[in-house]
Amino acid sequence: MKNGVGVHQNIVLCGGTSDIGVAILNEIVQPGVARVVLVSRDVERAQQATESVSEKYPDVDFFHIRWDGADAESMPHVVQEIVAVAGDIDVAIVAQGLLNEGRDYYANPADLIEMANVNFTGTMTLLYALAAQMRSQGYGKIVLLSSVAGERVRRANAAYGATKAGIDGFALALDHDLAETGVSILVVRPGFVETKMTAGMKKAPFSTDAHTVARATARALSGNAKIIWVPGVLRWMFLVLKNLPLAVWRRLPV
Amino acid sequence: MPQKRLSGWGRTAWTVADVVSTVDPDVIADAVRHSGPRGVIARGLGRSYGAAAQNAGGTVVEMFAESHNDGSDLIFDPSTGIIDVAASVSLDAILRFSVPRGWFVPVTPGTRFVTVGGAIASDVHGKNHHVDGSFGQHVRSMTVLLSNGEIVELSPESTPAWFWATVGGMGLTGIVLRAKVAMLSIESSHVRVETERLPHFDAVCEAMSGDGDDDGYRYSVCWVDLLATGQSMGRGVLTRGDHALASEDSREDTLAYDPRLRVAAPGWVPNGLLNKYSIRAFNELWYRKAPAQRHVDFETIPAFFHPLDGVNNWNRLYGSQGFIQYQFIVPLERTDVLREVIATFSEAHVASFLAVLKRMGPQNLAPLSFPTEGWTLTLDMAAGIKGLPELLSRVDNMVLDAGGRHYLAKDSHVAPSAVRRGYKRLDEWLDVREQMDPSGTWRSDLSRRLGLMQGKDT
Repeated sequence: MKNGVGVHQNIVLCGGTSDIGVAILNEIVQPGVARVVLVSRDVERAQQATESVSEKYPDVDFFHIRWDGADAESMPHVVQEIVAVAGDIDVAIVAQGLLNEGRDYYANPADLIEMANVNFTGTMTLLYALAAQMRSQGYGKIVLLSSVAGERVRRANAAYGATKAGIDGFALALDHDLAETGVSILVVRPGFVETKMTAGMKKAPFSTDAHTVARATARALSGNAKIIWVPGVLRWMFLVLKNLPLAVWRRLPV
Repeated sequence: MPQKRLSGWGRTAWTVADVVSTVDPDVIADAVRHSGPRGVIARGLGRSYGAAAQNAGGTVVEMFAESHNDGSDLIFDPSTGIIDVAASVSLDAILRFSVPRGWFVPVTPGTRFVTVGGAIASDVHGKNHHVDGSFGQHVRSMTVLLSNGEIVELSPESTPAWFWATVGGMGLTGIVLRAKVAMLSIESSHVRVETERLPHFDAVCEAMSGDGDDDGYRYSVCWVDLLATGQSMGRGVLTRGDHALASEDSREDTLAYDPRLRVAAPGWVPNGLLNKYSIRAFNELWYRKAPAQRHVDFETIPAFFHPLDGVNNWNRLYGSQGFIQYQFIVPLERTDVLREVIATFSEAHVASFLAVLKRMGPQNLAPLSFPTEGWTLTLDMAAGIKGLPELLSRVDNMVLDAGGRHYLAKDSHVAPSAVRRGYKRLDEWLDVREQMDPSGTWRSDLSRRLGLMQGKDT
């Protein structure tokens, strides 16, 4: 159960090696948390990534579940496994994602399919499975790590941006569908975040770090926000960018 | 069944359940029979602060009667002083009936808007605990619906184990349908109150200790200023008294009783209205308002027992994030821990609008009943205060290390281990609970968080 002072007893992180996901864990694991379930492709790496949290809170039970984030059909089963080890899911952080920066999809269409499966199809079926479980619980919170890349899809990361645009829109509509069920979804739209996912890439303006995204997310978890932007200024920047005529947009060095 | 969002009186941790609103035992039994895997819990007037009367994803039987008294839900025998009352009736309704006839409820918490069922399930206490004990000690018998559909009559003589497991059992043994409660005879609807200002915490403890004259007063409680620091740390206003005698009451009708609400809290309140500055100002005023010397006065029942009931929906004053009430007890000799707790909250600048200290009398026979001989401190605070989980977890440990425990009816946050450490007879209660409800039907958000269903927690 969640308690009266905003602590979630059972926390699930899907994408257990995600820098932002782990940073969020760092913020929300506190006295009162009982169980953390890490769902990842690589259990060993997920263990290492969360060592600092698990050492700080020896009373918290950590569980690991191995999955393939691209296997959309397995998601209801994954959620069943989570419930089997931890019981009710109080908050689920959905952080898995592939960026595949610079990949030549003309030559490697299989990579394109994999990315779409992880970022979109797999995440969508996961969100449905989580929502179904939480509806039966009568409460629950899902945090979806989206991206400003979905706000207006750029030539430089067309495929990634398109998957984020899709999942972001889906999550907001699903949240609408969940109104009055006690379940809600928080969509987090960070700008360029310096993580291992973006290592070696050219920094974009208003770049941020995982810690900042995590703090903003933890704050938003105690309120009723549906969408947060990190940093907040991106909200206004994208309001402009989104509405630029295509001819102007295409001339921008973005 | 309509789905409804529910929270406790503190307006935190909302969850959704199927809600059946009824006082009809047949409808209740039917709802229990058709409940799903997440079980059922009864809810009265929703005055428990935390998650005791909500059941996420399950069924909540909301049972309170708006005094549509056709005579059947409230039967009083003046020759014995025993009232036979439906569990859905509020203490408010009882008092409106009984005070003009010269009878008072044996125990009342700080609000009269609790049902008899809730008063039993939480085993509520009042300002007279040091003399009269808690509510369960005045219940002569009760009628309880079990999860298998059976209706049983429980009493301390015939079925002590089941009776006392239900007293303070947080609704997890069955649904109380009716109870017979021994009332207190009074001559006046006024209370003779002695008020006294105490300049620091030592003075407060001394005045309320059992060695002094505290046992000479039926009612005794002390308001404590948690924001006062230095020499004044823990200063307070002690109020003690008893029901006035007819000879002390100059009114023509000494039993006249008018509990109407005076004001209502506005529907919307800016977050942060109750902060350390506004509360500090209030505390200063409240302390100064009290007479410096011991002073005797006569107060009405609502003014003395239920001051907050005068403000309808006062729980909204804390804004949208809600508030928590923290109540714990420590053994009599551990005033050092009380002092440490007060200092900890004071250093953290946690402002509490309501902080009251009381010395409690001996424990009763109920394994999960909260009161035991010792000091209980109650304070409330905004739920959204930064760093509150860490702070509370520190204080929880001070309390538990001192051999103390937390009041489940108010609990919003403690860990399962806190119940195990604080309530030494927990296992005994769990065994009886299992006998009474082998199917594990009774569940609440509180029982889930605290793991009270032993592996049945879904």
